[in-house]
Amino acid sequence: MYAYIARRLLLAVPILITASMLAFALVDLSGDPIADLILRLQQSTSDGTVPQATIDAERERLYLDRSMPERYWLWLTGIGGHGDIGLLQGEWGPSVRAEGHDIGGEIGARFLVTLRLVLIAVFMAIGLAIITGVVSAVRQYRKTDYTLTFIGFLALAMPTFWLAALIKETGIWVNQRVGTTIFYTIGATSPDTRDLTLGQNLGDIAGHLILPTLALMLTGYAAASRYQRSAMLDVLNSDYIRLARAKGLRNHVVMRRHALRTALIPVATFAPLAIAGAFSGVVIVEFIFNWRGLGTYLLESIINNDSYAVMGWLVLAGSLVVAANLAADLLYAALDPRIRYG
Amino acid sequence: MAEPIPSILDADALAAAERGQWRLVLRRFLRHRLAVASLVLFLLVIVFAFIGPLVWKWDHLLHREIPSLASPSADHPFGTTRAGNDVLAQVMRGTQQSLKVALTVAVLATGIGSVWGAVAGFYRGWIDTLMMRIVDVIFVIPFLAVAASLSGAVRGGVTWFHIAVILGLVGWMGTARVVRAMVLSVREQEFIEAARAVGASDPRIIFRHLVPNTTGVIIVAATLEVATAILAEAGLSFVGLGIQPPDTSLGLLISSATSAAFTRPWLFYFPGVFIIVICLTVNFIGDGLRDALDPRQTMVRR
Repeated sequence: MYAYIARRLLLAVPILITASMLAFALVDLSGDPIADLILRLQQSTSDGTVPQATIDAERERLYLDRSMPERYWLWLTGIGGHGDIGLLQGEWGPSVRAEGHDIGGEIGARFLVTLRLVLIAVFMAIGLAIITGVVSAVRQYRKTDYTLTFIGFLALAMPTFWLAALIKETGIWVNQRVGTTIFYTIGATSPDTRDLTLGQNLGDIAGHLILPTLALMLTGYAAASRYQRSAMLDVLNSDYIRLARAKGLRNHVVMRRHALRTALIPVATFAPLAIAGAFSGVVIVEFIFNWRGLGTYLLESIINNDSYAVMGWLVLAGSLVVAANLAADLLYAALDPRIRYG
Repeated sequence: MAEPIPSILDADALAAAERGQWRLVLRRFLRHRLAVASLVLFLLVIVFAFIGPLVWKWDHLLHREIPSLASPSADHPFGTTRAGNDVLAQVMRGTQQSLKVALTVAVLATGIGSVWGAVAGFYRGWIDTLMMRIVDVIFVIPFLAVAASLSGAVRGGVTWFHIAVILGLVGWMGTARVVRAMVLSVREQEFIEAARAVGASDPRIIFRHLVPNTTGVIIVAATLEVATAILAEAGLSFVGLGIQPPDTSLGLLISSATSAAFTRPWLFYFPGVFIIVICLTVNFIGDGLRDALDPRQTMVRR
């Protein structure tokens, strides 16, 4: 087992490195940060001219005076840089935004904000999917099944941003109707939380989580409920369930002890992948609810043409995908006694 | 999707058999009522998007004669915007752009993916390993972020075609995987051995024998691709990294109406409903095709 994990992790290294090379080249293709910078500087000076020395200094600070392969090497190892670059040394590179902008620190702080939204949303989505999937399977080809299946397909077809905007507006509408803030619709916390006690702080965070969680649940729910339904159907049609019934076990015992336990395996292994997937979906949810999380950081970085920040996000997301795939396989082995990795 | 073209060697016998097979598929598809209804609805949406703008009196641009923020009426069935656009015309244009993106993405992604998968599965060995490792590598990169970053690069000049090409180039890996898996089993069958015995070249075996025999999974993958592309394009346009004004798309229409769900619902619901209808019908069509193309499925369903 440990040998298997070690092998998978070793295999992940070249994949991640190649992926980062490709991503670096693509991000590099996606525009010249200096051009935007000059434009911004021009607007800030009175006569609209930017001294060549400033441009050259910026170019050097962002290592844009070097060729693309050279910059990739720098970005990865930091050898030959000014000490602010080199992922392997824990430095994420200089930012276009400002000289002191710490990309790593920013990503780290925002990661936690995004993570709590993603984890809560995915677990709630999967919980709901398990319930509806099982009900759907047990009531196969009846009205309940059709309704739930239709809802599943609807969730699959609905754009996250549309639902998120609808949920947000509904929250605002309810607030206006009641005349007080029941649902928080902006930000991950209230703007000023310094005077709050720990309990109030947690309440504030939880309150801000409700609506974005509802919106993000959509992404994981649709696929998970379909998985759960077909897994449960497979199990219900299997011989050992027939045997369990034949030996006279009560229906709920068959369902809970025999059927459900086995039918949970596929969805459990789907959970890590859903978490990785939700990190993409969260971009739009954060955008709509004005969260200062990883998703909005990515959007801001793309708009500012902040290559090293975009790369930082991509590396984090890529590593998450690799980790999620490994976790899914290991979870599968842990839950299903028929699977063994040598 | 190219229909399987029987080779010259065995044209007559194969053609007859194949015509029969496709008729069977068609009959099974027609039995899936939801899928047929979806197909009809989807075709209606296509007519709406491509013929509609030709016959409707307004286009999607600003017009001074159009009243500001009028609710739906006979003159403007979907209402009007604050600036003075006819929403029906906007939705037509938006649907058209979204569909153009989605169909181009589906063609591109399915084309690349099925050739990639078929070649990898056919040659196996180190070629397969290399090609599928490349797929793994691209899978690791969150493709929507890369697409966003790339379309940020053509900012100002980005059109539906740019978006389609970008999404197509980053979205073919899923198809490659399923086609490869399918080819791995098909290549072991006798008729492939027979083709090789007759002296067929590798490309001929791949394109004339292997790919046509994976048409089922390819078509299903393509329908999934359409739905994914619609949502991806809408998402990109929504955050401002997709199709740019004065052109429009369903995502862009929603993004300019996010706060209007309760005050001016026509701005928010019409484009949203069209996205949902397109994705829903495409998914149901894919579902019906999967059942129709899978000979192991029983005829009794739902």
